[in-house]
Amino acid sequence: MSNLIWAIRRELWENRSIYVAPLAVAGIILAGFAVALRGWPARIQAASVLGSSELREAVQQPYVVAALMLMGIEILVAIVYSLDALYGERRDRSILFWKSMPVSDLNTVLAKASIPILVLPLVTFAVTMGTQGLMLVMGTAVLAARGMSVGELWGQLSLFELSRINLVHLVTFHGILWAPLYAWLLLVSAWATRAPFLWAVLPLVAVGIAERIAFDSARFALLLRNYFLGSPGAAGAGGMTMDMLAPHSLVHLLASPDIWLGLTAAAAMLFGAVRLRHVRGVI
Amino acid sequence: MAYIEAHGLRKTYGATVALDGIDLQIAEGRIVGLIGPNGAGKSTALNAIVGLTSYEGQLRVIGRDPWTEREHLVRDVSFISDVSVLPRWMRVSQALDFAAGTHPRFNRAKAQSFLEKTSIKPASRVRELSKGMATQLHLAIVMAIDARLVVLDEPTLGLDLIYRKQFYDALLDDYFEQNRTVILATHQVEEVQHVLTDVLYIHHGRIIFNRTMDEIEAQFHEVLVHPDRLAAARALTPIAERPGVGHGILLFEGRDRQRFASLGEVRTPSVADLFLAVVK
Repeated sequence: MSNLIWAIRRELWENRSIYVAPLAVAGIILAGFAVALRGWPARIQAASVLGSSELREAVQQPYVVAALMLMGIEILVAIVYSLDALYGERRDRSILFWKSMPVSDLNTVLAKASIPILVLPLVTFAVTMGTQGLMLVMGTAVLAARGMSVGELWGQLSLFELSRINLVHLVTFHGILWAPLYAWLLLVSAWATRAPFLWAVLPLVAVGIAERIAFDSARFALLLRNYFLGSPGAAGAGGMTMDMLAPHSLVHLLASPDIWLGLTAAAAMLFGAVRLRHVRGVI
Repeated sequence: MAYIEAHGLRKTYGATVALDGIDLQIAEGRIVGLIGPNGAGKSTALNAIVGLTSYEGQLRVIGRDPWTEREHLVRDVSFISDVSVLPRWMRVSQALDFAAGTHPRFNRAKAQSFLEKTSIKPASRVRELSKGMATQLHLAIVMAIDARLVVLDEPTLGLDLIYRKQFYDALLDDYFEQNRTVILATHQVEEVQHVLTDVLYIHHGRIIFNRTMDEIEAQFHEVLVHPDRLAAARALTPIAERPGVGHGILLFEGRDRQRFASLGEVRTPSVADLFLAVVK
């Protein structure tokens, strides 16, 4: 157990983008928000005339946009990380040092899988909370300076509720639901001797093209789309969508058979990655 | 007890045969030099011993199968693989933290005392160190592990003379204090032969010579023969001959050292000269 924790610590030392990238995006968001705040009191006043739902929309929108931007960078970092995780250490030969320490291939792969599946969603959640908290402080300060009622802002914005939805979304969708994607990337990363990105993408494209030629259908592409992005109907992961404000819960997600198929596939691919790390040497 | 036991150890890479059926026993408490030219199979053999490469045939290291039990084996075996490098992003202090956190036999104070003799700073990253300094750091970590078996593949590559001397002295100190077993591959044969108890010559994936240093001393004799006596000396069937300054240097194998005394000065051949003679 302690070796697993050391293996995760190693990943955090090695891949500082896990927290630097979200923090950098948070900095950009805050800078943009600071600029946008100049016109903000006027917009709030205009929206409050239109009605309470428009007002709510105007108040909440920057906070939702901030959360979505941080999710975007989270996905990008997770993909880039996973593709390099078991490839980079073989390319720079440091795997020989890692293997001279009594950390098993299983623990190493589990540590690496935990980054996109668990660590990045939680880091992103923490950074999002911090960013939204600072935005709230900045908004409050601007309103107070203009002599406007701060109660309006606080009354329309349930940061607690936003955070709860954000956390559930990050853990269930970005973590659990997307685990097969990251397991696939890790598997390719453990297998490829060059160009892991191409090896990750090309087989999927090939299956899609082969299906199109053989059966003139696109079930494979549809399957992936419905699984990872959800579908408007009842298919896919319990019929959920990627709209982060849609009501959904962990229980709802876990009740869907698709998620269990996906997690089984993820476990199988991670097991493959463990075997490959054992067998494959330096590149 | 044999620490390393190999029977018919084979490894092929496609059509290339790296190890061509090695039989080997290394007992506890030996310091074995593995000597051979480039491509002889030294690194493949050592990588098999520490569980970095698969193989055919039988191999047990301290009673374990290195290929399937690597993470258990490395608790007792510390090693530097030939092309091994420390991760370039790593700080010196992180390397020590990681070893201390994961390795039950790592002695942090000992590693630090090694590092104090160098100009390596704890906050430096490996990529900021020179090649030699990175090797010093790696050796400090490996030597601070209280391992029963130490496997070193070209450990002193790129190190200066002073540090190499320090390193081999430290290796010997540990050896005498803790009764370690060491297996060492290097091209700098002359430098290590005084620390070895055993010599293995490996050539084309086979072990062609396996003696203790005592046996070599008793059985091999290098004689500096004056040109006048060369014909008589050659009649005694030397296994090798090379020109020296003002005399021929002939290498004989045989128990009776006195027999050669009349031909000229008799001495024990260097491990390198003996290798050249045996390979021929």
